Amino acid sequence: MEPFKKHRGLVCPLDRRNVDTDQIIPKQFLKRIERQGFGECLFYHWRFDDEGHKKQDFVLNKEKYEGASILIAGENFGCGSSREHAPWALGDYGFKVIIAPSFADIFYNNCQKNGLLLIKLDEENVKLLMQKAQQESFYLDVDLVNQVVVSDTLSIPFDIDAYQKKMLLEGLDEIAVTLKLEDEIRAYEQTR
Amino acid sequence: MKPRTIIEKIWDKHLIHQEEGKPDLLYIDLHLIHEVTSPQAFEGLRIHGRKVRRPDLTFATVDHNIPTTPSRVSTDPISIKQMSTLEKNCQENGIELMDIGHPNQGIVHIIGPELGLTQPGKTIVCGDSHTSTHGAFGAMAFGIGTSEVEHVLATQTLWQKKPKTMQIKVNGKLGRGVRAKDLILAIIGKFGFSVGTGYIVEYTGEAIRSLSMEERMTVCNMSIEAGARAGLISPDETTVSYLKGRKYVYNERFDELASEWLSLATDEGATYDKTIEIDAASIEPQVTWGTNPSMCLPISATLPHPDAQYDVEEKESIEKALMYMGLEPGMPIADIKVDYVFIGSCTNARLSDLQEAASIVKGKKVKEGVRALIVPGSQLVRLQAEELGLDKIFIEAGFEWRQSGCSMCLAMNDDVVPAGKRCASTSNRNFEGRQGNGSRTHLVSPAMAAAAAINGHFVDIRELETVHH
Repeated sequence: MEPFKKHRGLVCPLDRRNVDTDQIIPKQFLKRIERQGFGECLFYHWRFDDEGHKKQDFVLNKEKYEGASILIAGENFGCGSSREHAPWALGDYGFKVIIAPSFADIFYNNCQKNGLLLIKLDEENVKLLMQKAQQESFYLDVDLVNQVVVSDTLSIPFDIDAYQKKMLLEGLDEIAVTLKLEDEIRAYEQTR
Repeated sequence: MKPRTIIEKIWDKHLIHQEEGKPDLLYIDLHLIHEVTSPQAFEGLRIHGRKVRRPDLTFATVDHNIPTTPSRVSTDPISIKQMSTLEKNCQENGIELMDIGHPNQGIVHIIGPELGLTQPGKTIVCGDSHTSTHGAFGAMAFGIGTSEVEHVLATQTLWQKKPKTMQIKVNGKLGRGVRAKDLILAIIGKFGFSVGTGYIVEYTGEAIRSLSMEERMTVCNMSIEAGARAGLISPDETTVSYLKGRKYVYNERFDELASEWLSLATDEGATYDKTIEIDAASIEPQVTWGTNPSMCLPISATLPHPDAQYDVEEKESIEKALMYMGLEPGMPIADIKVDYVFIGSCTNARLSDLQEAASIVKGKKVKEGVRALIVPGSQLVRLQAEELGLDKIFIEAGFEWRQSGCSMCLAMNDDVVPAGKRCASTSNRNFEGRQGNGSRTHLVSPAMAAAAAINGHFVDIRELETVHH
């Protein structure tokens, strides 16, 4: 996994609550056996019409958000299915950071394992950032080391679990970490 | 010793490694895998030269994208490749696969319990969010992503931050014609579909105690629809008698096991981080009308008006949902006409679900213009239903009698609701496009779905003579 320390990027506002994983990546794309190439399927039915043409009114399709790498959305983002295809699609599309007031548990874990930084901010700050991104071409600097998001005019600190922060900063292979505890796992198995 | 909840007991028993500033490392007793969320995990193992640590604790089946037509022949090359990849991965790693044609094939959350793989006190994971189903037995069961599937395959463990505990207490008794599905929908409708985020839920109370095992599975199944990764019910005599004699239960030691299981129940005086309560008698048969499971109302209700009583965001989300669903504000739920009826899924495709539907359907015909499917949850359920003659009741009424699989719950195979069509479904999610792009889903109990098939619109099953408690 690529380590995540800092990121500067264009912010795309997705002003919806309860965005579920069926919307992030519809089921017809879950049949593939690879991890790559899901970016083109991201938000498929919101981005494309039945003939496969781009829907111009959907925020991701607007020219001003081309190349956005920070997504800002409403509460309970990523609810629903456990499909890791959702973070794969977001990452493959080019997103590195997602900001929302809250995330669904399984989705949060899945993003973490793929080096995507999810930032929980309170409703008020999310609304503020959302408005800025809607009004202008809005860039944010995300600094995981110091746990802060910064623009020209504002600076907002965020909380993150210390362990999750470490995993992201170091880009650790969790399985390798666990396998170092082989003796403890074996000892546990022998007690059963 | 301090009184503990069942959640704490299971947690403590599976703790391998604990360290300040880290999640706990837990041992996993049972890992269920299927064709959709496992291929990339096996690929990851191959890339790093890792092996499956405990193939004997890993069981596989195909369910998500397999055909449920009589011949079971898939014409989709990508689906075929996904299924053959699972077969190859299982063969190479010595994992038991309940493939198409196997008498125990079925939806992963149906076969675990019916084979007795699911047992009280176990930690159970699967790359599917409805793994919470197994919590009905007093197991701690939750859905994981593919990276965690790979982690469990390689190590038989998972890093887990201890979640908060929540008690959902259901007081009193459910009324006549009100089912487990109505109960869980009413809970989600009342408390919202992220009330459980960050929690493991234990369902308690008189109404929960009087549910059968299959009904308890319906309740725990939809815990994730309330945001909770896991939902469980303390084991009791109902649990014990369900498990007796099942294939993977160590039946020679059954009495010993049973007393171990019963001792897992939450201790008198144990406390939870949060408790919410609901009165069972107040619950009516439920129908979802919107695009998430909390948009749910009793059959006697009318659809909401997105007016001044809601805040701006809520008003917008009601408007958006009504528009997607093609419904008018203020319309009575009972006037909503259906084009499709789907009775199936890990929520409601067990024998008692089919019996419940059959009791309504018997001797009647599916309304002209309605297409209705029965998709048993497993080959075993299908066989048991056929032995009881349920297949004949359904076929004579005009239902399609299918092979087992996830089918129209998520429409990964050919069982798709076309755009703009409306489906009464016993499944668990009514998200936009869930049953097919542009499809409109109403979640209901099997009895309510069966009655909608016969009448062509939703009806209050309590008004039907054949409905018992």
